[in-house]
Amino acid sequence: MSQQMTGARMVVQALKDQGVEVVFGYPGGAVLPIYDEIFQQNEIRHILVRHEQGAVHMAEGYARSTGKPGVVLVTSGPGATNAVTGIVDALMDSIPIVVLSGQVPTFMIGNDAFQEADTVGITRPCTKHNWLVKETDKLSETIHQAFHVATSGRPGPVLIDIPKDVQFATGTYTPPQKARTAHYAPRVKGDIEAITRLVEMIEKAARPVLYTGGGVINSGPGAVQLLRELADATGIPVTSTLMGLGAYPASGKGWIGMLGMHGLYEANMAMHGCDLMINIGARFDDRITGRINAFSPNSLKAHIDIDPSSINKVIRTDVPIIGDVGHVLEDLLKIWKSRGRKTNREGLATWWKQINEWRAVNCLAYKGSDTVIKPQLALQRLEALTKGRDRYITTEVGQHQMWAAQYLNFEGPNRWMTSGGLGTMGYGLPASIGVQIAHPKSLVINVAGEASWLMNMQEMGTAVQFRAPVKQFILNNERLGMVRQWQQLLHGERYSQSWSESLPDFVKLAEAFGCKGIRASHPDELDDAIMAMLDYDGPVIFDCLVEKHENCLPMIPSGNAHNDMLLPSDEVRAITGAGATLV
Amino acid sequence: MSPLNIQQGSSKHSAYDLRDPYSEVIETHTLAVIVDNEPGVLARVIGLFSGRGYNIESLTVAETDHQGHRSRITVVTTGTPQVIDQIKAQLGRMVPVHEVHDLTVDGPSVERELALLKVAGKGEHRIEALRLAEIFRANVVDSTLESFVFEMTGAPSKIDAFADLMRPLGLREIARTGVAALARGV
Repeated sequence: MSQQMTGARMVVQALKDQGVEVVFGYPGGAVLPIYDEIFQQNEIRHILVRHEQGAVHMAEGYARSTGKPGVVLVTSGPGATNAVTGIVDALMDSIPIVVLSGQVPTFMIGNDAFQEADTVGITRPCTKHNWLVKETDKLSETIHQAFHVATSGRPGPVLIDIPKDVQFATGTYTPPQKARTAHYAPRVKGDIEAITRLVEMIEKAARPVLYTGGGVINSGPGAVQLLRELADATGIPVTSTLMGLGAYPASGKGWIGMLGMHGLYEANMAMHGCDLMINIGARFDDRITGRINAFSPNSLKAHIDIDPSSINKVIRTDVPIIGDVGHVLEDLLKIWKSRGRKTNREGLATWWKQINEWRAVNCLAYKGSDTVIKPQLALQRLEALTKGRDRYITTEVGQHQMWAAQYLNFEGPNRWMTSGGLGTMGYGLPASIGVQIAHPKSLVINVAGEASWLMNMQEMGTAVQFRAPVKQFILNNERLGMVRQWQQLLHGERYSQSWSESLPDFVKLAEAFGCKGIRASHPDELDDAIMAMLDYDGPVIFDCLVEKHENCLPMIPSGNAHNDMLLPSDEVRAITGAGATLV
Repeated sequence: MSPLNIQQGSSKHSAYDLRDPYSEVIETHTLAVIVDNEPGVLARVIGLFSGRGYNIESLTVAETDHQGHRSRITVVTTGTPQVIDQIKAQLGRMVPVHEVHDLTVDGPSVERELALLKVAGKGEHRIEALRLAEIFRANVVDSTLESFVFEMTGAPSKIDAFADLMRPLGLREIARTGVAALARGV
């Protein structure tokens, strides 16, 4: 079989050989040869987006919900620069994405040609790695290497910049089996000595806590199973970061809820009061730790992470274990069992008693209303009416995102897609489309705020064109809710630029896009409206008019320690001192 | 566990390696980073230092293995032990980086830098400059009736010392290569 082909054909062939089924993209001058090849085949489906940022978020939604890398195809210059926000988002949240960008022909690079941008220069700090391919002979091998890098070790986005003349020229195709990928091989097995030390600590600990993160989900279904086995066999309480929700089921007996700035009181108090903290695939993000010098002052800390640079970056660790969560947990369980499955039963019983006392504080309580829909109620009803269904949730960024994390329950991994590290408003709508493309029969809901949602609302066109029946559940408070909340707490209730004066009529907007619009403005009509949304066979924009000045609580005000939370029952107090300069 | 409360036998490392990892003292470390000599690799390494706020005191880079297309980047950096460990970890996880050696920690090493110094002057100053150059084993590589260009190789501190002496004698320009370093022994 001849392995000679054009660069453009090589791109499509390499994608097929990598098992790619869907590409999210937008054509333009510098990628026309590749689009011509896409036209002449039927194996790879192309989803035409409305903006390149949307393409990357869709690929992220696809990747997070399937565990497979998402693929993006954009043109040079503005096509690539528009993709940058999505690429950084994927970098911060460790999502495997392969971005293919067109570039002006090699002989024009550096001449300020039309639609030229230094794409590899711009994306160098935003990708795990990137390449500018100058010879067609090297193109296919580079693409295979890119998939290897994106999916190995700590996953992340990669970018391949392909000049137009390289796409037109003919070269030799290298199949994936022959591509050289050996040199990038992050270590997956943890140090047995360190794992044994952690087992010894687990056997003795009176107040242990498992602090789990997105790394468990990224490691795969095996790691998720092992985490559940570890938690259930030892009886150690489990909390999770925003990124790790679903790895341990919300209905599991060890579950104590999400931790962090808007995490549950019991989870944060457990983090503060524990004597052994076992960090599994999380990275001590500042949303989690609160004030560093008051973070869990009396605990020994173990940290399992595949990325050596996560160790001791923020919090000093007593037992670092560099390796893949799945491999490390497997060894950990094996050693723990072989040593007789010991735990400090007496200590754990007292510890759970204490946790249940914290739980009794009922930190998610809120003042109900007969006349206005409380955003918390909207989410509680959404949870109740979709419970047990084959459901995927995406979110935008802000108050609604935190409420969704608090009030929705996740029983399995890969069901919760949210922009954690970068906090990208406009993430949720395109991400929901990416999820729906991967799971056409499932229920996909984007829990949104109206301000975030407007940032990428053009993607409704994509949803309608590709018959992705995504449900846009917009909690509309006519405010930039989280900004407003911070202005209340930090800036003397001076609400500078945090409300929108002329919002669109979302029901008419839905009609304009060719989908269904539903509005709910009174608690009495909420259930029927949600059911109408769920029953409709097609994309829906749901305009849920909610309480305008509701605060998202509980909250660790920035600069505070875990045991110093603002609860719904507290008087709202201003953030002052050193905390005021933090974000 | 306090870092200094280490039980006997709890570490397989030598007692000589037990530097306090949580010290706030700023240390200077020389790192040797072996990378694939591919386009943009230097920008990647420098971008890591600027993007994360690390210091570069000196940086030297050249391809050292032409067949394997490997380059050796020698970078002298400063920071607390925690920051130095972060720098090494951040460098180590980059895709084109093959090895990161901390020559300051790994054991004794040889550090050398090459400098060219242009000194202009007449009469006594000129004679004194030449006399000091001899003491420092600097070579004259260019001479006019009013100037010398000295070439010298040595530890950065030796070059600093020579430059300080040349300043009052008419030092006009100085070009330095940055540090090249190798571990001693096999």
